[in-house]
Amino acid sequence: MSEKRAITVTVNGTKYERKEVPVRITLADFIRYDLGLTGTHLGCEHGVCGACTILLDGKSARSCLMLAVQADGHEILTVEGIAPSEDKLHPLQEAFRDNHGLQCGFCTPGMLTTLLEFLRDNPDPTEQEVRIAISGNLCRCTGYQGIVLAALDAAKRMRATPA
Amino acid sequence: MKPPPFQYHDPKTVAEAVGLLGTLDNAKLLAGGQSLMPMLNMRFVLPDHVIDLNRVDGLSYIKENGGTLEIGAMTRQRDVEFSDLVRAKCPLLHQAIMHIGHRQTRNRGTIGGSLCHLDPAAELVSVAMAMDATVVVSGPNGQREIKFADFPAGYLTPSIELNEIVTAVRLPLWPAGHKSAFVEFSRRHGDFAIVSAAALLAIDGGKIARASVTIGGVAVAPVRATDVEKQITGQAPSSDLFRKACESCRSIEAMSDIHASADYRQHLAAVLSRRALEKAAGLAENAPWNRKH
Ligand code: FES
Ligand code: FES
Repeated sequence: MSEKRAITVTVNGTKYERKEVPVRITLADFIRYDLGLTGTHLGCEHGVCGACTILLDGKSARSCLMLAVQADGHEILTVEGIAPSEDKLHPLQEAFRDNHGLQCGFCTPGMLTTLLEFLRDNPDPTEQEVRIAISGNLCRCTGYQGIVLAALDAAKRMRATPA
Repeated sequence: MKPPPFQYHDPKTVAEAVGLLGTLDNAKLLAGGQSLMPMLNMRFVLPDHVIDLNRVDGLSYIKENGGTLEIGAMTRQRDVEFSDLVRAKCPLLHQAIMHIGHRQTRNRGTIGGSLCHLDPAAELVSVAMAMDATVVVSGPNGQREIKFADFPAGYLTPSIELNEIVTAVRLPLWPAGHKSAFVEFSRRHGDFAIVSAAALLAIDGGKIARASVTIGGVAVAPVRATDVEKQITGQAPSSDLFRKACESCRSIEAMSDIHASADYRQHLAAVLSRRALEKAAGLAENAPWNRKH
């Protein structure tokens, strides 16, 4: 029998209270199965692929390497929370669309959350810096070229219209 | 659900955590989770109790105390990476941090967690060895200090008791103006190093007054290349001197695994220790291997 705990987390601005969270469930599985936010993807479940990257209190983290109970009282941003509204994309997302930054889209949630933090800290990066920033995110489709172009383009767009 | 069933504890103080360790059987401490969580997800470890240190107060800090840099065990690698104090006083630590994993893992990974996990290729473990660090440990009988040279007891095993917790690491600082470099060879950026080398040099009047050379990834714990240190101390730094001295690294006892043979590790030890020294001494500005990261 696994122990359960009550937790409160804020995800994409919405507060969720859950009374019975198994202490051994990962934050990733909690986000997907309990909250139903399946945009956060799981590629490896042991911290290698970066697909499950979320922002925890504004800092990127691999949600497969955290327990849901550890997020109690914290704020989380998942890929669903990046766009400003239902019918408008974030400039980072627009840049991905316009530069072929995705094919199957499996790695995309992790790429977007990782780059969101990165471009906030480094609004005018070099190509090499972008490549290092996404070095913890594996993409099996694009060969990364489109993703790097998208990130550089996004940086330009975000500098032009600061959030 | 991937991790096996366990009871979860989140103590608020070190004393509480030590108390739990003393009463619970088969307990694991959870720090940043960048090593333990994968091991739980893959069920390589099956603890009955997980004691989470993330809500323990007072273990996250970086401070300087009379020539020593003290870093709390739960200080995130990210905080070390962005610390002006670390950059100014202990550049080797900053240089090494940049080789650890990725932003997402450094945001969570801690100093104490890395030191206790004691991966043979871990950058922080090498830095602790290179700097002659001291580990501060709390147990039921209070605090004690362990010299880092005595800290590794074997593969992935620190020499602390089951009811003790590492609370901080102390790094005796080198004099202002000292030189340092950290280089490593890995297959991809952010991967575990196959071999790494850390070099510290204090240069006085054109001569090396003091040297520290550490090779990581060759044995179960990083080793100091004391032969190299002896050969170069008192000499004027030059590529030729370093090349000759570092040949002695080929006789360091090395392990063999799926990533590299012992021979290859010894070869890397000789090459990387030379490169680290050249880089520290400012002799590698135009070297083809010295790409800016
Ligand atoms: S699923 Fe978390 S890093 Fe791969
Ligand atoms: S777009 Fe398919 S994995 Fe990246």
